[in-house]
Amino acid sequence: MNHDPLKRVLLAATFALAAGSAHAADVTLTIESWRNDDLPIWQEKIIPAFEAKNPGIKLKFTPSAPPEYNAVLNSKLDAGSAGDLIACRPFDASLSLYSKGHLVPVQGLAGMKDFSAVAKSGWSTDDGAVTYCVPVASVIHGFLYNKDAFAKVGVEVPKTEAEFFAALEKIKKDGTYIPMAMGTNDQWEAATMGYNNIGPNYWKGEEGRLALIKGTQKLTDEPWVAPYRQLAKWKPYLGDGFEAQTYPDSQNLFTLGRAAIYPAGSWDISGFNTQAQFKMGAFYPPVQKAGDECYISDHTDIAIGMNAKTKNPEAAMKFLNWVTTAEFADLYANALPGFFSLSDHKITMKDPVAQEFLSWRGKCKSTIRSTYQILSRGTPNLENETWNASVNVIKGTETPEAAGARLQKGLASWYKPQQ
Amino acid sequence: MTDEIAGRRKTRWHIAVFLAPAILVYTALMIVPLFSTLKLSLFKDIDHQQVFVGLDNFRTLFGDPRWSKDFWNALGNNLWFFTVHMLLQNPIGILLAALLSNPRLRFASFYRTAIFVPTILSFVIVGFTWKLILSPIWGIAPNLLDAIGLKSLFAPWLGMEAYALTTLSLISVWQFVGIPMMLIYAALLTIPDEVLEAAECDGITGMAQFWKIQLPLILPSIGIISVLTFVANFNAFDLIYSAQGALAGPNYATDILGTFLYRTFFGFQLQIGNPNMGSAIAFAMLMIILTGVSIYLFAVQTRLRRYQL
Repeated sequence: MNHDPLKRVLLAATFALAAGSAHAADVTLTIESWRNDDLPIWQEKIIPAFEAKNPGIKLKFTPSAPPEYNAVLNSKLDAGSAGDLIACRPFDASLSLYSKGHLVPVQGLAGMKDFSAVAKSGWSTDDGAVTYCVPVASVIHGFLYNKDAFAKVGVEVPKTEAEFFAALEKIKKDGTYIPMAMGTNDQWEAATMGYNNIGPNYWKGEEGRLALIKGTQKLTDEPWVAPYRQLAKWKPYLGDGFEAQTYPDSQNLFTLGRAAIYPAGSWDISGFNTQAQFKMGAFYPPVQKAGDECYISDHTDIAIGMNAKTKNPEAAMKFLNWVTTAEFADLYANALPGFFSLSDHKITMKDPVAQEFLSWRGKCKSTIRSTYQILSRGTPNLENETWNASVNVIKGTETPEAAGARLQKGLASWYKPQQ
Repeated sequence: MTDEIAGRRKTRWHIAVFLAPAILVYTALMIVPLFSTLKLSLFKDIDHQQVFVGLDNFRTLFGDPRWSKDFWNALGNNLWFFTVHMLLQNPIGILLAALLSNPRLRFASFYRTAIFVPTILSFVIVGFTWKLILSPIWGIAPNLLDAIGLKSLFAPWLGMEAYALTTLSLISVWQFVGIPMMLIYAALLTIPDEVLEAAECDGITGMAQFWKIQLPLILPSIGIISVLTFVANFNAFDLIYSAQGALAGPNYATDILGTFLYRTFFGFQLQIGNPNMGSAIAFAMLMIILTGVSIYLFAVQTRLRRYQL
């Protein structure tokens, strides 16, 4: 090692320069998310749009796998290695992050006035006083169908439950198509695309959901057991070996044109658009009798909040405020048809199927999934139990009444208003 | 006199120095986490404060019917998982080793490699591949059975409560049968040819040679393999998680202690993780494994007869 003083001075100067330039360099914000499917959209559309308007701030979208996201995020936050911006799951997962001090209040942002109370409900404290994430998108449930298959078999879009089962029966008799593409292997589809998709028609959306939270209705009441009765009737119309059919299996069966109906979440639209070779249509959950009011599950799904320990709070807040704008809402909703903006900005969807889903907001009453707010706070976890019960009911290993009774017992074991 | 004692008691620093790296690494990576897990299991999160509650978490785990039902279900499934391995993996491993050590077998090294390769595959690959093979929709299993006219025997095994766990156990056996095979094979190779030749002179040949000469000589290896299988099975998690997810469906039929621990500790979907109860489960698992290993060490290993070769 040569300790020439000149060299040392030069070396020091180099470091000083490097440090100086690093200070003036761009701020990079990292976004944690579970939406790994959205990586190209963020990289190609959303990030360039933001960076063009906000020189000096760079964004990095670093998603992890959906089932691991909560666990990964919690560990990262505890270890202090989480990103600057955090995609917020609705309700308790994010509420616990807020109460642990990992998220900061955002209701002070100028753009927050463009969100309704229902839109903010997923990311506000129980009394609604503090909102800690900026709502981004909701997903709507319904059924997708293969228009070609319907034309070939000769069935109309069902409006009532009787028509729905008649259509399924006709498709089954015809034999060309699997009537409905859904499996029970991954469990959540049975609850999310089954129970919580068709259920709001029975429990009358928000009315029943809030009554359950208040304790004036029970899971053993008819409106909560009846959806299980309908699910039990689905079994003969699911494909062979549905017991081991996974969610990707169902997606592929439908996009390959082998199944006629697909109980869907609107998030599937964008993926299906690129894969399906046939014309795709959508219908909302059929009502019990013609003329009944229809209810849809329009579920608050994604929001973005700021990590309280971020080193760049100003830049992060700047980004969050951009998320509240009409520009972001339009960009996001149209880049990801199927994720509908929760803001009050008027947005037109370019995708016809997504537009169909969105139009139901005008025809039917919206609600969110029954198990998400407050009711899944305890042990046993009502949401996980609902997955299990929905699968059991479809397979026929548990009767709808027994499932309702078991869930009610579990809920009452820790939830005061139900005791 | 005093000098002599002082001399004898002279600290032998080199022992400590030589042991230090191993002890430090082991302490940092094993002992400290072990005790902090134990500590975590004695606390409870009350209003975001960790409060000492003694054995309360264990009382919940074994006393609350909901927790204990899940625990005993997972333990029962784990026992079955282990039983399948003991009944199939290890005997098949021994059989394969015995066949491989036959000097007249051709392509022995090819078989050895082919059978061992799955053990170095990632669980994720194994889980995914078998899920595809057994898929009722795209899998080759239904087609293969169809080709030999046995299509009626096919069922969506991984989705059926009665078969899912056994199916996964068999997949795990397929993956790990190479380990007992290799260990036994190595043990068989250490048996000197003179012993076998002497046996032949005494008229002990063929199967009798295996039962009377080789098997007693490899018994200690079989013991070690059993313990390794026991520890690995009761720590298993990856295969179930990659094939069935954290809810270990259908209807918790494939839930083993590892997945139960994961779900409790880290949470799942809307279920928020509970590190304290998770640690209690982890500690219960440790005690189960410790008990099993102790039974082997003190009750079985001491009685195994060893032969000087």
